[in-house]
Amino acid sequence: MATTEEVKKLSTLARIRVDEADLEKFTSEFDAILAYVGQLEKLDLPQGREGEKPALRNVIRADGVPHEAEAFTKILAEQFPQREGDALSVKQIIIHD
Amino acid sequence: MVVKKPNELTIGEAARALRARELTVRELWDACAAVAHAKNPELNAFLEIFDADEPAIAVAQARIDAEGESAPLLCGIPLAVKDNILIEGHIASAASKMLENYRATYDATVIKKLKAQNALFLGRTNMDEFAMGSSTEHSAFGPSRNPHDTSRVPGGSSGGSAAAVAAHLCIAALGTDTGGSIRQPAALTGLAGLKSTYGAVSRSGAIALGSSLDQIGPLAKTVEDARILYEAIRGEDPLDSTTIPDGLYPAHKVGKNLRIGVPRHLLGGSVDAGVRSAFEATLAALEKDGHTLIDVELPTSDYALAAYYVIMPAEASANLARLDGIRYGHAPRGATLLDDYILSRTEGFGEETRRRILLGTFVLSSGYIDAYYRKADAARSVLRREYNDAFEVCDVIAFPTTLSPAFRFGEKGDPLALYLEDIFTVTANLTGMPAISVPMGTVERDGKQLPVGIHFTAPHQAEETLFIIGESVEKTRDN
Repeated sequence: MATTEEVKKLSTLARIRVDEADLEKFTSEFDAILAYVGQLEKLDLPQGREGEKPALRNVIRADGVPHEAEAFTKILAEQFPQREGDALSVKQIIIHD
Repeated sequence: MVVKKPNELTIGEAARALRARELTVRELWDACAAVAHAKNPELNAFLEIFDADEPAIAVAQARIDAEGESAPLLCGIPLAVKDNILIEGHIASAASKMLENYRATYDATVIKKLKAQNALFLGRTNMDEFAMGSSTEHSAFGPSRNPHDTSRVPGGSSGGSAAAVAAHLCIAALGTDTGGSIRQPAALTGLAGLKSTYGAVSRSGAIALGSSLDQIGPLAKTVEDARILYEAIRGEDPLDSTTIPDGLYPAHKVGKNLRIGVPRHLLGGSVDAGVRSAFEATLAALEKDGHTLIDVELPTSDYALAAYYVIMPAEASANLARLDGIRYGHAPRGATLLDDYILSRTEGFGEETRRRILLGTFVLSSGYIDAYYRKADAARSVLRREYNDAFEVCDVIAFPTTLSPAFRFGEKGDPLALYLEDIFTVTANLTGMPAISVPMGTVERDGKQLPVGIHFTAPHQAEETLFIIGESVEKTRDN
């Protein structure tokens, strides 16, 4: 059973606000979904025979230079909500007295 | 003889007409664009219809003139592209307020491949926000409508692409499929839709939902068209390390007549009677055509949807964590940096997206990860094994693509009812196996004939087997 407190905590973790008015509705929908996926607890995995993993896994490439420096700087900087020149500006998080 | 209008042609027919000089690239573009502009206010299939790209049209025509028969089949063909696939310079919003003004800074690999063939892009199509849904009702920009009955959904999440192709607003389209988002709308609008083997098509430039499940693929008027588009976009890509080389999995050799596995234990009470009888009639016709029907057992399938609704939200919550209003996307500002994140995500994401992010956060949280995520991942391995065991005795596995024909807007109001829409399609994403939906006739509702689809799954990298059986279904339907 999910509680409104749990949903509140999850929303804090996920950086999403759920309004008090929506909290009950969200929690009851959440409960129904969890009851459904909770079926998995009843699944007895076959013993003795392993399941099968995909044939291609954990591909790693050598470090390298993917493209020349600044090739995408201008075009990416155009998307920044706030900028100073080509630099992305964000709120100051450390205050110096 | 009924002569088709240019926008009603298939890729194969349009390519032949362009080569035979019966049609110019410009005429084909204009025919599609005119119908798209006329019908889009009703269907809401496109979020944006692009202006004609004159240089691209001229280059395509010149290539057909110069190369004739050897020009690529997609040269000069107007295609629609789902709004979560990046086309450089165009908005790619994934039908979300979060990315409403995001302009793609590069081409997805599939778009690069289509541009190399001089295909044309007519517009970007509507979808459920971040591909989360089975009806397009979760688009931030209003739902698309099913051309067969506009009071009903076209399916989703690639519902805009499906509506655009089914109503002949374009020749074919690209969608993405995480749990059935190509195959289910294809079934509900009378199209062929393919989800290829995981890794067959590069995901570079597709806005991620569930990275271990997502594939880009075609929605097309015929199986031949689906094959043409698939062949154009497939292949290994250094920008997506999960793409696979040819021959990675053992080859399954098949002849003209296939062994069709039917898991009858899955076709119980919840399948609509009309869908069931269309399915049985199609199987009977395939048997008459020389194919063999074999009963197969896939016991863990009963848990597939539960496993999917653990794995997909888990991956979605991780993928969507990057959208925080700092570097791009919806970016309101509050008093603190934390407020900036919370405001951006709360305002930017729609209700279903927020629900799935919270669900994903829950199943990955300490104390629950063993009960949910690890169990779901184990179920996934068992499903893969069960399907491979079944493919020892059959070449494809068949069931209906959906439980019922297209439903009415609002009919599946509670989230779980909508999730159940994916019950037959999610397994192919969990196992990474290729699957296709092909039209298998219609079911009548309120005096309207609504299309339904038959679904086939094949072993890894056996897309060719799906095209063979899909064309067989088309042949039996035409006779």
